[in-house]
Amino acid sequence: MAETKTLYELAKVLRSKNSGPFELTMDVIFDNKDYYEKVKNSGIITKELVCKLYNIEEKDISTLVFFDPAMAFKVTIRRPIDSGSIGETDVYGAQQHAPLMGVVIPM
Amino acid sequence: MKELKILSPCGILGYGYPKESFYNGLSKKPDIIAVDAGSTDAGPHKLGAGVGIVSKKAAKKDLELMIQAGYDLNIPVIVGSAGGSGAKPHVEWTMAVIKEILEEKKLKMKTAIVWADIDKNYIKKKMAENKVHPMNYVPELTEEALDKTTSVVAQMGHEPIIKALEEGAQIIVAGRAYDPSVFAAYPIMKGFDAGLAYHLGKILECGALCCEPGTTKDCMMGYLREDHFLLEPLNPNRKCYVSSVAAHTLYEKDHPYFLHGPGFALDLSNCKFEQHADGVVKVSGSKLIKKPYTVKLEGSAKVAYRTLVIGGTRDPIAIQNIDDIQNEIREQVAAYFDDIPRTDYQILFHLYGRDGVMGQLEPVKTPAHELGIVMEVIASTQELANTICASARSTLMHFPYKGRKATAGNIALLYSPSDIEFGPVYKFTVYHLMDIEDPCELFPTEFVEI
Repeated sequence: MAETKTLYELAKVLRSKNSGPFELTMDVIFDNKDYYEKVKNSGIITKELVCKLYNIEEKDISTLVFFDPAMAFKVTIRRPIDSGSIGETDVYGAQQHAPLMGVVIPM
Repeated sequence: MKELKILSPCGILGYGYPKESFYNGLSKKPDIIAVDAGSTDAGPHKLGAGVGIVSKKAAKKDLELMIQAGYDLNIPVIVGSAGGSGAKPHVEWTMAVIKEILEEKKLKMKTAIVWADIDKNYIKKKMAENKVHPMNYVPELTEEALDKTTSVVAQMGHEPIIKALEEGAQIIVAGRAYDPSVFAAYPIMKGFDAGLAYHLGKILECGALCCEPGTTKDCMMGYLREDHFLLEPLNPNRKCYVSSVAAHTLYEKDHPYFLHGPGFALDLSNCKFEQHADGVVKVSGSKLIKKPYTVKLEGSAKVAYRTLVIGGTRDPIAIQNIDDIQNEIREQVAAYFDDIPRTDYQILFHLYGRDGVMGQLEPVKTPAHELGIVMEVIASTQELANTICASARSTLMHFPYKGRKATAGNIALLYSPSDIEFGPVYKFTVYHLMDIEDPCELFPTEFVEI
């Protein structure tokens, strides 16, 4: 069996935050070029995956892009409820990253 | 060599910074001290209620050193998004603090306010001309939503700040501003590259967050040169690395290398990050692309009142039936208050240990062995919220759910009294772009005699 690692194991930073009150943005940042390239080239980080992880539809994803200078990828999605509004649960959007942590990447 | 030095004391005015770092920065003779005081991160309440993010004491503590330094070195001190949200009450609050400092220290400094409040009638006129556009995932602005809105501000660019600088301001208190604008204004006025100035501003506006260890509560120096800039932490215990600076460029933005500001987009796709010296990072290649001029409008409205109860359950049967319990409580309360329309209030549950943090985004549906329960009632008046909450709480406590064995009570209430009157609830009703012709037209300068 080929070895695998989770994004949690590979990333240096894996976080979420508001990008304005109507969007959430997740940053996954690496400090190891080999890890970054493996994740980028794995073909696993797709809009389909994000939809599955967050129970959302593709139209709710505004950005999914890799950024080589930072060895990072970013996912920006629609907030189900705008920050601080009735029924909303994470004003700063700081705790919406966990579903990405378990994504498995073949090494 | 052409060079300009910008001292950023901290990420939000009033978050505090070590004096040693600040004095270290002063010893390097900065050309300007700038700080961002604002954010929409704390939600719509600050703008709607006209209150700040930090205490007056904290804002004063931070400003005292900055103003004294501005006076001693004869350099401009610029505060952006004053008071947090940058509307009139926030600007006035900041001005009162500055006035106190100048009087106590017996200093005379030419002080300018740049206002950022936008008249709602002006916005309506722009709406009629089809010049107001929603941000991503935001509904179209309606006159009705605008009428409900307490106050509207717009994020200014560097132009109104340059105008105040050209008129000789030594202290500038800007209302709501695009966060990097207060850092970019002075260098752009001095003829430096706007792309580099804005990229540097984007990093400096968070204080030392681009370092390792990163924090908003420490000072940074930015050295802007002709074709690059350098970032240097002013605390020897922090260092800038290529990874920490590049990573910070992504922070709180929807896209990693296209950033949108008033009248431009910043293209960072060809940026180069290099380790210049120990702890110092060099950045080049940031490009500014001019766009038709738009400003971002922000507005908040009071929409309801809230009363809440905090408690929990450790009972496996209750946890298994928790969805039925919620629905039954809503039904029983509605049946009891059959004279109150159900549209006048909502009973909401946040179940910590199941999906309290992520709500509908949560992929894991298995509950933990105990659940934290926050039950909140949202209603059109505080009195109604209190009334419904009291009834819903006693129903929650004693409701005989299916299979119950613990007949003495269903919830561990955290406090006595159990019901917490929260007060008004706000909502961002305006988060739109507005096309304008002149970058300064909405942001008047006012010089204040102190």
